[in-house]
Amino acid sequence: MTTPLIQLRDIHKTFGSNPVLNGVNLNIYRGEITTIIGKSGGGKSVLLKHIIGLLEPDSGEILLDGLPLSAMKKSDRKSLKQKFSYMFQGNALFDSLNVYENVALPLKEKTSLPEREIRKRAGEKMAQLDIAGIGDRYPAEISGGMKKRVALARALITNPEIILFDEPTTGLDPIRKNAVHGMISDYQKKFGFTGVVVSHEIPDIFYISQRIAMLNNGRIIFEGSPDEIQQAQVPEIQNFIYGMENRRSGFNGSGHQTYVEQRFNQEKLRLCDHNITFSLIIFTLENFSEITEHADHMAGQTVLTNLTDRIRHHINITDSCSRCGLNKIALLLSNTDIEQARAFCQRLSKEIKGDDLLDIKPYPGFCFSIRAGFAQATRDCSLEALMEKAESTSNPFYTFNIF
Amino acid sequence: MTILSGGKTLVAALGRQTLAPIRNLGKLGTFFFWGLVNIFTLPFQFYKVIEQVCFIGAKSVFVITLTGAFTGMVLGLQGYYALTKFGSEGMLGSAVALSLIREMGPVLTAVMVIGRAGSAMAAEIGIMRISEQIDALETMSIDPVRFLVSPRIAAAVISFPLLTALFDVIGIIGGYLTGSMLLGINSGVYFARVESSVLMKDVTGGFIKAVVFALVVVAICCFKGFYTHLSKEGFGSKGVSLSTTSAVVISCVLVLVTDYVLTSILL
Repeated sequence: MTTPLIQLRDIHKTFGSNPVLNGVNLNIYRGEITTIIGKSGGGKSVLLKHIIGLLEPDSGEILLDGLPLSAMKKSDRKSLKQKFSYMFQGNALFDSLNVYENVALPLKEKTSLPEREIRKRAGEKMAQLDIAGIGDRYPAEISGGMKKRVALARALITNPEIILFDEPTTGLDPIRKNAVHGMISDYQKKFGFTGVVVSHEIPDIFYISQRIAMLNNGRIIFEGSPDEIQQAQVPEIQNFIYGMENRRSGFNGSGHQTYVEQRFNQEKLRLCDHNITFSLIIFTLENFSEITEHADHMAGQTVLTNLTDRIRHHINITDSCSRCGLNKIALLLSNTDIEQARAFCQRLSKEIKGDDLLDIKPYPGFCFSIRAGFAQATRDCSLEALMEKAESTSNPFYTFNIF
Repeated sequence: MTILSGGKTLVAALGRQTLAPIRNLGKLGTFFFWGLVNIFTLPFQFYKVIEQVCFIGAKSVFVITLTGAFTGMVLGLQGYYALTKFGSEGMLGSAVALSLIREMGPVLTAVMVIGRAGSAMAAEIGIMRISEQIDALETMSIDPVRFLVSPRIAAAVISFPLLTALFDVIGIIGGYLTGSMLLGINSGVYFARVESSVLMKDVTGGFIKAVVFALVVVAICCFKGFYTHLSKEGFGSKGVSLSTTSAVVISCVLVLVTDYVLTSILL
């Protein structure tokens, strides 16, 4: 078993007479994204501030690479701190500095890079986050979503080893929210940083996290993989996760995976009782990461959203369409066997035009392909097994190229 | 038993009341010390110091000129009528120059800069504190005291003596305007008295005061803003308004107290 990068041991913190953390134990592993979920005002941000050292625990210990922070020399702690980056819930942008100065500040203050290099790096990061044109504006002059992206650019500019995100997507529109999630995931894969995210975005956050921890009443009541937490039979966790999921998805107006699950159970009953079959199609946007890399983080999301829209125009009210992964869409077709599902797909692929799926101006050599996998339900199959079967039979569905 | 526990509570409360100001004083001391030390740590923050010199110094020139002129003019008027009673109105130049250079110049300059720049420092740093901008600096491993306080201390130490000098010169001219132009004292006599009575010791004393006031004002105003979040009476914007008010009041009072102490030492 590898040693966790960050270990929190029995952390207690009380503000006045209000205990916020009552013995938090949490392990954060290197190179993973760990998400902390829990009720608002439950101490998630406080926990994050303990990790970066903005708050000191009343009791308990924080270990970094197995070494307790409290036993470290001040100079060691200081040099260690430079590996961290923190994205604040309220952005904490310097309101008397413009956007460019905000993004460039960590490089200007903590490195001896020449101005030209700083300008280049800040420009790259700003371009990646779609804020390149607003460098000379002040935080008060830009929208909430832009402020979030400026804060994110500032957190990423020093290429830190550990990044703590305090609700990075609050206040963003659904598309940008997914773009930010995609970006955190992409950067994590690219740079291999360790991420700690505080978020309410269930289930979207499950797609990008390797570990989930749930904070309840000042304690971590669960720590495990996204799959494990969804299967955990603890009422608090179930209420929290499914309470959050019951709302309609902001992603594309269709239901989330749980909605597909409900429909799956209903259809399975119909299959068992009345022998009415149904099928599942999984659409996978193949080169999602390539698109986000070459175009921007919105492009992949845009293709998925527009594809969902197109599918929704062609399905019946009894069918259901939902996102089931960072780059996947699940479509459940009632009263349809596998051949009918294939025929539906063929019809759909003929009617789709690449330009409909793109809101961005494609660059030369731009291409994306979508694969579709089919599976017909059987009486004894589970949703997971059906999805797996569908994905294993994945066929090219649609290819879009610009030469 | 109740009396005993009541007594204990009373003693504890008394202890807290005594310890809190001492703790605050210690905090102010270390805050000021690191602010001062960090002026000299590399890399020097030239640009930020110049920016602050512009804010504290250059932008205060108009208000200092105005107050300096009217203070000198009123000194000229009052001095003339007081000195006439003893038939020594010829001494007006000395009276105006000495009172300005020794006392009124440094004190009034400090008070005017507190009103203009000190309050702004407390409010700006206070807002940065409540909007987590100072926490953001810490997370970036940027020392907030070095980043925010040190350039202000350096700039104040540069600006205060210069503004005081300006105040003194304008004040002496103001005294000349009323004493000589309006009330008819011979201008040669006025300036000769200024020249003969003002010693280098007076000018140095005035400058020492200006430098000490600069340190006091910046330390108090920045400290109050920096620890806005610890204010028990108010949070958020109310906290900022309270810390700005107390920064202005405390630094004004401290300027006068320090003035007395310095005068008694320098005389």
